[in-house]
Amino acid sequence: MTQYRLLFAGIAAAFLLATQPAQAQLSVDVTDESGDDLAIAVPALATPQTAQTAAGSTDALGRQIADIIVSDLRGSGLFRPIGPNAVRAIGYPEVTAPDFGYWPGTGAEALVQGFIRAEADGRLTIGCYLYDVALKQELTRQGFVLAPADWRRAAHKCADAIYARLSGESPFFDSRVAYIAESGPKNHRVKRLAIMDSDGANHRFLTNGQSVVLTPRFSPDYRQIVYLSYIDKRPRIYLYDVGTGKQRIITESANQTFAPRFSPDGRNILYSMAVGGNTDIYRVSVSGGQPVRLTNSPGIDVGGSYAPDGSRIVFESDRSGSQQVYVMNADGSNQRRISFGGGRYATPEWSPRGDLIAFTKIVGNFRIGVMTPDGQGERLLTNSWQDEAPTWSPNGRVIQFFRTSQGSGGKSSIWQVDLTGRNERRLPTPLDGSDPTWGPLLP
Amino acid sequence: MKFHSLKVAAVAVGLAFTAGCAKKPPKELPPAPSESGAQETPTGVEGAIVPGSQADFLRSVPSDKIYFDTDLSNIDDQDRAVLDAQAAWLQRYPNVQVTIEGHCDERGTREYNLALGDRRANAAKNYLQSRGINPARMAVISWGKERPEALGSDEGSWARNRRAVTVVPQ
Repeated sequence: MTQYRLLFAGIAAAFLLATQPAQAQLSVDVTDESGDDLAIAVPALATPQTAQTAAGSTDALGRQIADIIVSDLRGSGLFRPIGPNAVRAIGYPEVTAPDFGYWPGTGAEALVQGFIRAEADGRLTIGCYLYDVALKQELTRQGFVLAPADWRRAAHKCADAIYARLSGESPFFDSRVAYIAESGPKNHRVKRLAIMDSDGANHRFLTNGQSVVLTPRFSPDYRQIVYLSYIDKRPRIYLYDVGTGKQRIITESANQTFAPRFSPDGRNILYSMAVGGNTDIYRVSVSGGQPVRLTNSPGIDVGGSYAPDGSRIVFESDRSGSQQVYVMNADGSNQRRISFGGGRYATPEWSPRGDLIAFTKIVGNFRIGVMTPDGQGERLLTNSWQDEAPTWSPNGRVIQFFRTSQGSGGKSSIWQVDLTGRNERRLPTPLDGSDPTWGPLLP
Repeated sequence: MKFHSLKVAAVAVGLAFTAGCAKKPPKELPPAPSESGAQETPTGVEGAIVPGSQADFLRSVPSDKIYFDTDLSNIDDQDRAVLDAQAAWLQRYPNVQVTIEGHCDERGTREYNLALGDRRANAAKNYLQSRGINPARMAVISWGKERPEALGSDEGSWARNRRAVTVVPQ
């Protein structure tokens, strides 16, 4: 559905380009591998009057918000931002009346201007505007009234509006990531559940590291995290309530349970259970009750990831003799293998757009790749010693994963890469990191 | 199915295993039981090893560990010799409960390794059960690749990490 819309938009844009080359609208293409990024100027946000707020002065915040917009846009790999250090500051009245005589001289093709104002009730009003420098036209605008503590979200929302308007894609910057923070020696890693914004800010540890914890997944509303804990040396899946900090076991079992996943509606949890050396995939309601067994092949059936409409599940199985990727209906019927590219395939994750499956491919090294849900069009996006466990951005255009370094250090770090494979970068985390899981766009 | 054919192969080369079997980690193994266990674990009032203790177990068996080939969990002749000794000791102390840990090398994905570690722990458990040990005495836990014994990223280290460990409480 989305693909069709984009296709038509693409055709329309191509037509425009052919007939009116001089007046083409600004746009960026997420599938473009040319490296020809769009130059976009982002001066510090103006403030009508410098005021102190709970998050700092409006002056300082105006610059910090511009910096975040620059960082988000640069990280997407589609833009060449020109930040507040490289362009002149703007006055408050200029925000809605850009100096179109000045900006072409900076090389900018697009321009982001905004303002920040402290309100009498202690809140902030933040607005941002996107302009086409050549056409001297406003392209989009966004405004928010929010508590000072949420100022970073306004920056991400501005960046999202700019990204969405210029790429035609859905936004994704205003979202969060849960992951496992790691420290200590390789044979005794301390692992803690942690959360952060998609750019690494607002970092918070949720568990203290006394028990090994692995493989978190956010609930669709961000209120809960399901994960594996070795508490009491009994590896089971637990549900962590982000608001209260309390955790509870999902399903009592005499056997090890692991690899938990939420269904897209947040009502069910998919998990794997090992019984006597044989692992199968089960589904249980978040509220408890009788689990339903979905696979029963001899061998290891593990993991799983729902299609965004909840109708199908992609999972991993070694029933053929080695790890491969399979798709089944949500009730476990119609299981069929989709990976046939040679080597082993693991950790499949269905894109929130529905169009692709991300996976770890093991042929000597571990690499992150994507293919369609029927196993076609395989493309490998990374090439390192050990890249593992992809997780999708909310718009299905960027993938995070973790990279383990070779040797006795056991170092791991969280990285992201876009679908061209061209834009790869490391996320800043206070400790080592693994098992990232990217949540949906915040409302 | 695959396991059967491999077992046959293992039996065929069994007689030459000390020289030719590529499966086992190289010379440094099996580690001497006294390396980590005996000195650190509780001993009697005068330093004597308490019968039925972890130290007694480590002193009495050739190894508390068996090792596996990449992505496999079959028990071969070498493993049988180790597990037979473990079973004999467990027969002598019928009240001792053990935990069998399954481990993997780092060259597998995390969740698959959790499943594979469970498979390896159960391979050891099933063999011990076949030697008359009550399965209710044997808990299993898989650590996947979370607790390597050797820290290197090389074939020798990986071979040492693909293991099932029989753990007697201290």
